[in-house]
Amino acid sequence: MSTTQQLEDFVSQVRRDILRQVHQVNSGHPGGSLGCAEFFSVLFKEVLQTKAQFNMDGKDEDVFFLSNGHISPVYYSVLARTGYFPVEELNTFRKIDSRLQGHPTTHEGLPGIRIASGSLGQGMSVAIGAALTKKLNKDSHLVYTLHGDGEMQEGQNWEAIMYAGAKGVDNLIATVDYNKQQIDGSTDDVLPLGNLKDKFVAFGWDVLEVEEGNNVEAIKNALTEAKTITGNQKPIVILLHTVMGNGVDFMMHTHAWHGKAPNDEQLASGLAQNPETLGDY
Amino acid sequence: MKIYENTGNKDTRSGFGVGLAELGKSNPNVVALCADLTGSLKMDEFKANHPERFFQIGIAEANMIGIAAGMTIGGKIPFTGTFANFSTGRVYDQIRQSIAYSGKNVKICASHAGITLGEDGATHQILEDLGLMKMLPGMTVINTCDFNQTKAATLAIAAYDGPVYLRFGRPKVANFTPENQTFEIGKAVHLQEGKDVSIIATGHLVWEALEAAKVLNEAGISAEVINIHTIKPLDEEAIIASAKKTGAVVTAEEHNFLGGLGESVARTLAQHYPTPQEFVATQDTFGESGTPAQLMEKYGLNAASIVEKVKKVIQRKA
Repeated sequence: MSTTQQLEDFVSQVRRDILRQVHQVNSGHPGGSLGCAEFFSVLFKEVLQTKAQFNMDGKDEDVFFLSNGHISPVYYSVLARTGYFPVEELNTFRKIDSRLQGHPTTHEGLPGIRIASGSLGQGMSVAIGAALTKKLNKDSHLVYTLHGDGEMQEGQNWEAIMYAGAKGVDNLIATVDYNKQQIDGSTDDVLPLGNLKDKFVAFGWDVLEVEEGNNVEAIKNALTEAKTITGNQKPIVILLHTVMGNGVDFMMHTHAWHGKAPNDEQLASGLAQNPETLGDY
Repeated sequence: MKIYENTGNKDTRSGFGVGLAELGKSNPNVVALCADLTGSLKMDEFKANHPERFFQIGIAEANMIGIAAGMTIGGKIPFTGTFANFSTGRVYDQIRQSIAYSGKNVKICASHAGITLGEDGATHQILEDLGLMKMLPGMTVINTCDFNQTKAATLAIAAYDGPVYLRFGRPKVANFTPENQTFEIGKAVHLQEGKDVSIIATGHLVWEALEAAKVLNEAGISAEVINIHTIKPLDEEAIIASAKKTGAVVTAEEHNFLGGLGESVARTLAQHYPTPQEFVATQDTFGESGTPAQLMEKYGLNAASIVEKVKKVIQRKA
């Protein structure tokens, strides 16, 4: 177990990795990545029970699916920093002949990735499939997912949410990155999500809500609590209230940095706000 | 010429159902998913024998495709079942990203393909599915011709590791291929040796091609008949060899002439051995309501149409 300080130091390095990846190729998605840096750090360092060697089948270990694949910079950083592949490989993000494609894929064989994502709304179904197979295999490990809140506008999610609730897929812990922003503006401006909690409850899910979605302790507590209520005939969702662009002041509380890279000056400012703790790649 | 006996009309979808039931017994990793069409897909026996491995998804095809992709993680071999229209066009992006691009071992099994779905009309009669599926990198595309071949194909695709689209149909049609045949994915089947023209057919048009060959034989035209059950990967060698022998080709399929078997054959010949070719296929049109036989006649998808195209292509021979 890491201390809170160790986790926060880890997050600081992840933020640097995110900024440096997108800056280097002048493309990618820093806003959502930064907003989920704490979630990924806690999930991969403290929660997921995985084997030392990555295996596509994920038997007898927890598996994770990222449905909103555009936040690949945070995924890649945390995978690299937890030993899935060399940290130096972050240098290849979005470049030709790289395993670190713009959106995550299995196609290039990057350890840690079990499904391609990017076209939104598909991850929940995939996770349900993996959860059903775990049940058939009598494998008591869990399936975790992350989804964007704007992504909930995709209809396939609701097919999947209905199925998981109705069929009691109770070895699944989904998390929604509830930052209330999407490409064109706030979710309220684009297409209001309504009461997400009530919607999940109506579909038969257990819902946990985390107001401080960028607080590593709050995230840890929520994931720990979620684990304790698995196996009760209900899928679980955590509504994680996050701040898009968290940790870089000029990127926070706006959709403007959804898919835009910082320039040199902005990078310097962002890095100055987040000390190098584990060594830059 | 070889005479093929119809051992009794049967639907190809029942061949799938029997094959799936057999797989249920022989392969514990096989799971079946259905989107509210269990009876139509003939999945009842599998469901009855293995309720724990049968997943009723409801009318939610996109979710079914995603769940199937996820189920491969941990070693299951999912067979999804619904109509061809809802197996492909409706869920193209789900297949593309979660199955094909992700390289998942899912078998997309599609019944009621083509115009012979009949009375339900064009909303349900997909004539574009072969094209959609063959364009996906890594996708194997199979269109079987009768009950026995569909059963054999169902068994064969379970043993193959990779995404597969298996297309079959609704009506009862001639059952004429051997009962316990070995199905080789990607391998053409020579049904009739001939020297004047090559009829290259898939699906329900294979029996029609054999009927056409009989008529042509009486008219003194020797037709070679090749069954291409695997549209992709295509047995190019067999097609080129036959074209070299006969110098004229007619392709026949229950599909749009854009994107189907005919175009794959034309592309192969254009690259390796340019040969006059005629197409028995629908002509960039939607279908309509009617009985299968009426529709096959109206849209030119029968033996008479093949005979007509053979006569035309022979006139084009240099």
